[in-house]
Amino acid sequence: MSGKPQAPAIEGWFTMAAKPHLIGTRCRGCGTYFFPKQSHYCRNPACDSTEFEEVELSRTGHVWSYTNACYKPPEPFIAPEPFEPYAIAAVALEKEQMVILGQVVTGIGVADLKVGMPMELVLEPLHETDEDIKLTWKWQPLAQQAR
Amino acid sequence: MAKEIAILGAGMHPWGKWGHNFVEYGVAAAREALADAGVSWRDVTFVSGGATVRCGYPGYVAGATFAQALGWQGAEVNTSYAACASGSQALAAARNKILAGECEVALVIGADTTPKGFLAPAKGYRPEDPDWVRFYLGITNPTYFALYARRRMDLYGDTLADFAAVKVKNSLIGSRNPRARYRKCFTAEDVAASAVVADPLRLMDICATSDGGAALIVSSLDYARRIGRGDAPRVAAISTVTPTFASAVVEMPDIATDSAAAAGVEAVSYRASLPKKAYEEAGIGPEDVDLAEVYDLSTALELDWIEDLMLAPRGEAAALLRAGDTALGGRIPVNVSGGLACFGEAVPAQALAQVCELTWQLRGQAGDRQVEGAKVGITANQGLFGHGSSVIVKR
Repeated sequence: MSGKPQAPAIEGWFTMAAKPHLIGTRCRGCGTYFFPKQSHYCRNPACDSTEFEEVELSRTGHVWSYTNACYKPPEPFIAPEPFEPYAIAAVALEKEQMVILGQVVTGIGVADLKVGMPMELVLEPLHETDEDIKLTWKWQPLAQQAR
Repeated sequence: MAKEIAILGAGMHPWGKWGHNFVEYGVAAAREALADAGVSWRDVTFVSGGATVRCGYPGYVAGATFAQALGWQGAEVNTSYAACASGSQALAAARNKILAGECEVALVIGADTTPKGFLAPAKGYRPEDPDWVRFYLGITNPTYFALYARRRMDLYGDTLADFAAVKVKNSLIGSRNPRARYRKCFTAEDVAASAVVADPLRLMDICATSDGGAALIVSSLDYARRIGRGDAPRVAAISTVTPTFASAVVEMPDIATDSAAAAGVEAVSYRASLPKKAYEEAGIGPEDVDLAEVYDLSTALELDWIEDLMLAPRGEAAALLRAGDTALGGRIPVNVSGGLACFGEAVPAQALAQVCELTWQLRGQAGDRQVEGAKVGITANQGLFGHGSSVIVKR
């Protein structure tokens, strides 16, 4: 990887800290969480609030399901050449009671994953531009930390 | 009873990757449906089209596009876009017009010309569009199908052999359907030898995108009786309900589910809510159904649908499959058209193609795919952005 600066692939969707969090919103009326951020209307049919606070979502959860991408996705995905398959996990966050998709960190394949496995959020490059390296959130098995 | 309409005619342009203008497929399907109905084009007073978003402006106004191609004759037009449920919404618009007494005979029509490879979103940098976001992050349609398939393996013990058996079943019956795109009989070995696309699904577990066109001629029951077709199959229910909050299943194209932190998880999943409303509307139950056409975007998804339609208890669809109950001649045949496995998906035409198959089956005209004595059939499909449908046809 080059010495280019790092930048979020999508601005404002996650913190850039060493232990990153996704940034969502929480409805001030009913307490429902939203990711991506929802700041103008609450989608809970029992709530008509328009007030939201920005919150950092739990950075750990459990695998709801998982798969991988063996073929290069179409644009706007920017794939390295040659294309390397990557795993994808749907991770359930307990407090927020929601499932969030993301790629799994490089080096972890479907054979390393199981439904129910604890995972944590990390940042990794998604692609490079002329100016910087675009980072995105990825899921990593929690046990990885110990290595 | 009072809410029923008659299906007088059904027509389809064969599915394939023909690369022609979608209007050609629609016109061919419409002409076949008109001939099948014995109705003159000039007698049609409402044209209800399913839109295609991949063929430019003519696709956005498909109802008018087809009406012009068939020859302007002053009919009223409508165009519906509802992703995979577009055809059902177009059918619902025609039913509403007929039941309101504003129209006696309507043409319902959908056709598509699809690009090669993965379906892709509109271009640009558009993080406000969930469909754009998921592609940018590398999450394609097969990702979702695979997540659901893995859940079946984990929760119910379904196996790769079960998924392959769905493909084998559908390809065997689809080989007898002259309108299907893929007519080769595949074996479990063929499926296992195909490349993994999104683990655990292989290329042959996942449906392709196709060109195709389908059309129905529908009328009031009174009109059907007047032309001596009082015994025609009838549309008994059309369900196009939305999901309910908070849905616990991550649905295409979203990157996350609803949060159930405040509302709690909705007891009925979205897929299951579609046929539920259809059964209620038709006043029948799953025990009355003779055959089902379901959206097998993947082999594993056919098994999900069987449970969503309540044709098997949750988790037991694979047992039904293994017993041969969902094959032709079985207790409840599923996808005797060959399903998406043999057709590939032509989005605005697909929900109508399902109804075409039920129409021919209920008339006893399905030849060597015929489900003996079929009286009631149900369809189910689901697409992007909370769109889905379930239609019940009975005779």
